[in-house]
Amino acid sequence: MCLIANELEQRGTPTLVLGAALDIMEAGRPPRGAFFDAPLGHTCGAPDAADQQRAILRGALAAFDAITEPGAIVHLPERWKAGDGWKNQASDSTGGDSRQPRDTTPQWQHPADAVAAEGAD
Amino acid sequence: MAEPVAYIDSITERYTRLGYDPYRWYRREAAPAWTPLSKTMAESRLAVLSTAGGYTLGQVAFHYKDDTSLRGIPKATPRNALRFAHLTEHYLPGPRRDPNCMLPLERLRELEADGRIGEIADPVLSCMGGIYSQRRVREELIPAVVEQVESNKADAALLIPM
Repeated sequence: MCLIANELEQRGTPTLVLGAALDIMEAGRPPRGAFFDAPLGHTCGAPDAADQQRAILRGALAAFDAITEPGAIVHLPERWKAGDGWKNQASDSTGGDSRQPRDTTPQWQHPADAVAAEGAD
Repeated sequence: MAEPVAYIDSITERYTRLGYDPYRWYRREAAPAWTPLSKTMAESRLAVLSTAGGYTLGQVAFHYKDDTSLRGIPKATPRNALRFAHLTEHYLPGPRRDPNCMLPLERLRELEADGRIGEIADPVLSCMGGIYSQRRVREELIPAVVEQVESNKADAALLIPM
């Protein structure tokens, strides 16, 4: 994503990357960043936590307006409400490969989605 | 553990242990690019791109092998029409329960109605992260994103990686 951010910025569109993986974001040096410390898949907050989601997006917008130093990453004050226990598993390097096999067929969330998309590109 | 997770170190270590070739993380050596804001967020037409593999009912789902395609999701799409497909499927239970975790259309519509955002560029953009070829990101995905953002006359872009 940082590659996309820098390319858009280079071409004249200001960008902000709102991310949950701080080290990956720092390595990519986005023009502006906002970091929410949460398990991957929850960049904008926990499911059904509308107040938290709203606060995170408001924080990101405030960072967008405020950052004047290229490469600054604002750490948002919102916290993952269930605590930091998820980090133990996320940091574990002993497990297997959790990625799906690489395949070029569409991976429908529901089989019925394929019917709804008939005739689409 | 209060410190942020060191994803690059732990994933590199895992793949090394599994005997895989090292994953080439994107590391930018140059200083970040920079374009100053011409307007505040409250005055801006804001493009939004999420990399969680979101699609809407009626669109084709993403696939798992360097899928560089881009979806335009109408910003008025109701949450029950949003779907996700991503190479790292184990990150999807949250967004599949509540798409706002990664594709926060409901929150963005509220912020637009409140005047916190001038306007959300329509459609909201969606792609799948986890593309292994940086060349294909540069040659296929980025030109499509740039074309959409520029043709929508967006003043700024909010990018949401998974």
